[in-house]
Amino acid sequence: MTILVVAEHDNASLKGATLNTVSAAAKLGGDIVILVAGSAAGAAAEAAARVAGVSKVLVADSAVFADQSAENLASQVLEVVKAAGGAISHVLAPATTFGKNVLPRVAALLDVAQISEIVAVESADTFVRPIYAGNALATVKSADPVKVITVRTTAFEAAGEGGSAAVEQVAAVADSGLSRLTGRELTKSARPELGAAKIIVSGGRGLGSSENYHQVLEPLADKLGAALGASRAAVDAGYVPNDYQVGQTGKIVAPQLYLAVGISGAIQHLAGMKDSKVIVAINKDPEAPIFQVADYGLVADLFEAVPQLTSAV
Amino acid sequence: MKILVPVKRVVDYNVKVRVKSDGTGVDIANVKMSMNPFDEIAVEEAVRLKEAGVATEVVAVSCGVGACQETLRTAMAIGADRGILVETDVELQPLAVAKLLKALCDKEQPQVVICGKQAIDDDANQTGQMLSALMGWPQATFASKVAVSAGKATVTREIDGGLETLEIALPAVVTTDLRLNEPRYATLPNIMKAKKKPLETVKPADLGVDVAPRLSTLKVVEPPKRSAGVMVADVAQLVEKLKNEAKVL
Repeated sequence: MTILVVAEHDNASLKGATLNTVSAAAKLGGDIVILVAGSAAGAAAEAAARVAGVSKVLVADSAVFADQSAENLASQVLEVVKAAGGAISHVLAPATTFGKNVLPRVAALLDVAQISEIVAVESADTFVRPIYAGNALATVKSADPVKVITVRTTAFEAAGEGGSAAVEQVAAVADSGLSRLTGRELTKSARPELGAAKIIVSGGRGLGSSENYHQVLEPLADKLGAALGASRAAVDAGYVPNDYQVGQTGKIVAPQLYLAVGISGAIQHLAGMKDSKVIVAINKDPEAPIFQVADYGLVADLFEAVPQLTSAV
Repeated sequence: MKILVPVKRVVDYNVKVRVKSDGTGVDIANVKMSMNPFDEIAVEEAVRLKEAGVATEVVAVSCGVGACQETLRTAMAIGADRGILVETDVELQPLAVAKLLKALCDKEQPQVVICGKQAIDDDANQTGQMLSALMGWPQATFASKVAVSAGKATVTREIDGGLETLEIALPAVVTTDLRLNEPRYATLPNIMKAKKKPLETVKPADLGVDVAPRLSTLKVVEPPKRSAGVMVADVAQLVEKLKNEAKVL
């Protein structure tokens, strides 16, 4: 039984989400092989070889992977699975926008179901996954010969270093010629990534404007070394870009401390943060549903409370 | 140019579902059902492309029980021209839906299929990508901006780090994210008009598709509840609790 983990990387290094996916793979029991499909991705491949518990790294290095298009990546995964002649029993990727984009294509081409966003492994064919915005947990069993799975990264620890896996080059597939990347605007920030942050300061519509969001929350985030997040309402209102959104269809986070400021707590938002260790809510409305999941609630005007908090920590 | 829009009937997004006490699923008897919100965005986008003169026809498709007709009528009230119901009582999983849609795409020959990125009941986020793979078409998932012109589409996608823009050849599959548009409210005259629009019903067998589920659900349980928290009086008390009780500062 071989488990193929499709690496999310930027050619220079592995994304943290890949390490959580390796931990999920380790729970299945079997040889773990990481596929790094990239363009000049030698450094990412070396990083993959150092991940603890990995037995082999396959590298498909070609310009066809420069855009990380779903079409080319899925074809490559399919080739690797076929070349293994039935040895690969599982294909895993993180349930990030990367994995969600690529893996359903792989599943369809293999004519198997995909099991999305697993949060626990019961056995090699049985998994637990949230449905209905996390309001229910379903245990599902797959009858397919290959299990194609995306992994909710917050449910699994990151795999450590210490491995020394062999790195093997594989032939890259041809370009599909169907898709071309013409632009990428990545949010630049000196703050930690939302998915990996220990503390998250998150703002909602209660902040009232983009200026307020930044003026009120940034000093607190800076002082705590925290990542900044937002509710859908704040993103829709244009306070911050889309990649700040925490929720059912945004980012799923589980930091040590989640500070929800001016967020009412729609079920779609709660779905994205309710596995945080400690939740603090600051809201002027004592009836706000966010208080039902908060460990510590403070009914207060955020424009007074947050600056006070910033100077007190 | 024809646009196909799959729409799913789901528990309304405002309903907090309850898990059945026997652990077999969630209780959806007597709860409000609506069109999946991401599919509503997809219908709106297709209708806007028609209004802009880019598309000539918008066909809505729903796969599931007979009541999905209501969802198709909603799509037609927003502006879809006709509806196709693939009727079955079998529990449909994303791969089966993708295969049904493939059969319809082979027949209808749309240039663009616009899907919601994810249904808010099973939260799978698979069908559009699967359809795209089965058709051998390109895909642009999680779209926040779509422009269609002469054999190609330019799509801005919401990704974890920010945004990216793809140029894809048509035919193609696009899946919608929240900020693509704000769907209109269907007006009463349009709801009335929608009742007269053509709605065709087919069965999976007519399309030659095996829809048998690949995954079996062994049990459904409620997630662990968070224990009730405490209200603090002021910032000083909050900081004290975070430092000494929760030990997270």
